[in-house]
Amino acid sequence: MQFHKYDVIIVGAGGAGMRAAIEAGQRSRTAVLTKLYPTRSHTGAAQGGMCAALANVEEDNWEWHTFDTIKGGDYLVDQDAAEIMAKEAIDAVLDLEKMGLPFNRTPEGKIDQRRFGGHTRNHGEAAVRRACYAADRTGHMILQTLYQNCVKHGIEFFNEFYVLDICLTETENGPVCTGAIAYELATGEIHVFSAKAVVFATGGFGKVFKTTSNAHTLTGDGMGIVYRKGLPLEDMEFYQFHPTGLAGLGILLTEGARGEGAILRNASGERFMERYAPTIKDLAPRDIVARSMALEVLEGRGAGPNKDYVLLDCTHLGAEVLETKLPDITEFARTYLAVDPVTEPVPVYPTAHYAMGGIPTNVHGEVLRDNDNVVPGLYAAGECACVSVHGANRLGTNSLLDINVFGRRAGLAAAEYANNHEHVELPENPAAAVQAQVELVLSEHGKERVADIRTELQATMDANASVYRTEETLKQALHDVQALKDRYAHITVQDKGKRFNTDLLEAVELGFLLELAEVLVVGALARKESRGGHAREDYPHRDDTNFMRHSMFYKQGDGLKSDIRLDYKPVTFTRYKPMERKY
Amino acid sequence: MTAATVAESAGARGDQPPVPEGAVTITVKILRFNPEIDSEPRWETFGVPALPTDRVLNLLHYIKWYFDGTLTFRRSCAHGICGSDAMQINGVNRLACKVLVKDLMAAKGKQTTITVAPIKGLPVHKDLLVDMEPFMEAFKAVKPFLITYGNEPTRERIQSAADRERFDDTTKCILCACCTTSCPVFWNEGSYFGPAAIVNAHRFIFDSRDEGAQERLDILNDAEGVWRCRTTFNCTDACPRGIQVTKAIQEVKRALLFRR
Repeated sequence: MQFHKYDVIIVGAGGAGMRAAIEAGQRSRTAVLTKLYPTRSHTGAAQGGMCAALANVEEDNWEWHTFDTIKGGDYLVDQDAAEIMAKEAIDAVLDLEKMGLPFNRTPEGKIDQRRFGGHTRNHGEAAVRRACYAADRTGHMILQTLYQNCVKHGIEFFNEFYVLDICLTETENGPVCTGAIAYELATGEIHVFSAKAVVFATGGFGKVFKTTSNAHTLTGDGMGIVYRKGLPLEDMEFYQFHPTGLAGLGILLTEGARGEGAILRNASGERFMERYAPTIKDLAPRDIVARSMALEVLEGRGAGPNKDYVLLDCTHLGAEVLETKLPDITEFARTYLAVDPVTEPVPVYPTAHYAMGGIPTNVHGEVLRDNDNVVPGLYAAGECACVSVHGANRLGTNSLLDINVFGRRAGLAAAEYANNHEHVELPENPAAAVQAQVELVLSEHGKERVADIRTELQATMDANASVYRTEETLKQALHDVQALKDRYAHITVQDKGKRFNTDLLEAVELGFLLELAEVLVVGALARKESRGGHAREDYPHRDDTNFMRHSMFYKQGDGLKSDIRLDYKPVTFTRYKPMERKY
Repeated sequence: MTAATVAESAGARGDQPPVPEGAVTITVKILRFNPEIDSEPRWETFGVPALPTDRVLNLLHYIKWYFDGTLTFRRSCAHGICGSDAMQINGVNRLACKVLVKDLMAAKGKQTTITVAPIKGLPVHKDLLVDMEPFMEAFKAVKPFLITYGNEPTRERIQSAADRERFDDTTKCILCACCTTSCPVFWNEGSYFGPAAIVNAHRFIFDSRDEGAQERLDILNDAEGVWRCRTTFNCTDACPRGIQVTKAIQEVKRALLFRR
């Protein structure tokens, strides 16, 4: 076992983690612990853009952006946080430009902007050009630019260090975060990191679903660790399905395509979004477009031999727009479906994409331990966190914005906290739980295969907890997930070695996926309404009387057999009253 | 909508998942090496059911998940963006998630064999997983970040669309190491910066906002720098992002020749 001591530990090297590292690293002794090599994180897969009311190409202001974010989130957004995000968006984009990000440019040489779903002029009048972009690889450029700046500032990285636990030390004022425990993939060695502040930026958990735009490595580790510590998770039932995944594969095709004018059509060629969102049509928010697509298919108007997808028509955009503004997605369609978007419409269907919920934080990134109190020294930002700026449905581009605004805030807050506090002693035997966990996975206690359990988990989640849900489907999902948890107690891994044991890694990841899937389903069952990304066929309307509140999930007891305690937290309102959501 | 039940699985190791309709059995030959056990690398062969539309990464996963959990490789995004799964596939550097089985199929009636080996020139840690540190050190050595002097503007820096286009190609790099580990000069002289580092230097040297070109050119003028390039074009062929790597290296050479 090795021991390390830092002021600030950042867990995760995606956009939020590296944005936090750039701030914390210049102010305090900081280390980034990451399961992957930097630049492998899934921020790099984001395509379309990052919204900010720069007003470079048409009139815009951050108040309109705030409103769109709140309405887009079906009024479950904490409005103070949304205001901060929309206001600080402008500097967030300018900061990235100054760090070197190569945005596309207007003829005057300013940062160019394009349309994106749910982003409108003057509270819903028409789509507005708000998304700053670098072709259709904006996330790639953000990830590269942030890593380049980490290199510039000499930020210390521990690559392929898999964090498996945080250290909480009990004090008279409640628990304080004092460090993190990591498993070094190269050697199998366990490392104890003592720190004054720990920032979680570990991303989402899309791998609970089969059809997903998410990377294999997005297994909700950070959320799972926090949850196992008895700390709450917020709004986990709200999961976003991105409308345009490559049919059957789930690979993302940016909403920026529709921003540039692409149109969704059903089997008969009809532009069906005109029926569902007459004002902004194909640029309605993702939850609405995904449900419309699912309905087209359910009602027999799907395209293809099995009528199980719809078509994204880019053919009228012309080869030049596709090659210069949407080159990557053009290539994805060619490579993976052998369809050329220049001449043929592309088969698409909703794909599991983004967790609106996560580790509850305040606007400084401080993690909450209940509705009112924080855990001193513990921070979270990015997809693993829930501020909540996305509410029940995130608008496109607001995730790249979230990681930059709240990654920066968490990094600043962690460094300031570290500079004003002394190291608190670690709890006794801080690595004992992780050692036991690793030994347990490596020991023989059954013949269950990780891949089988994961495949069945993903199958039931796709079938029963996806775009549309009912009491019946969700109960089936819950039954399946709990049965799979029982089987997980009997898994075996073949690789018993210490060196790069990715067999062990996948087994540990599956444990997090199972717990988070259960939380998602329990939340979806309890929320007997339809709001944003959570659509209940048996409760088709929003119910503000009973459900205008955040869900808070607490793990009760230890181990896999534990129960979930569901509590609620009020939504923060500033100036926007809930209205019916029409586009 | 009705609830779908998931069939109870037998679960025991050895049972394979159902083979999808239209699958053919592909012979996958992998260069294995685990220094904990092996004294030297060895080839191992697996028969894997695959659809023509499967990616090579799917075959590796199938082997790891159902035959041999010790098979080790890196992967993440699975669609050619994160750069984790560079390997030699049938002798050329590719991302396993960007090569489809249908493009490697043998002529009708013949058995298809796909060989997979780690990328060359970097120390092998285990199976297909190599030590990326020498590669990342070369990247860091060229100062791969925007260098500017003087006061920052309050708004964005102005850059014309044409100036932005000048370095567009080299902004696509995902640091997968396909190019560098396809370069014969890099294989023979590990001290050579290699194509990827030069691509990333190019990305800044030709960025009109950057003021660090001279510093970077001094670094690349070094004995281990651009002059080692023998224009074999392996790097350009290997790049999964379609970057004109050799052209970028030539442009850096020209910048060195014609600088004041």
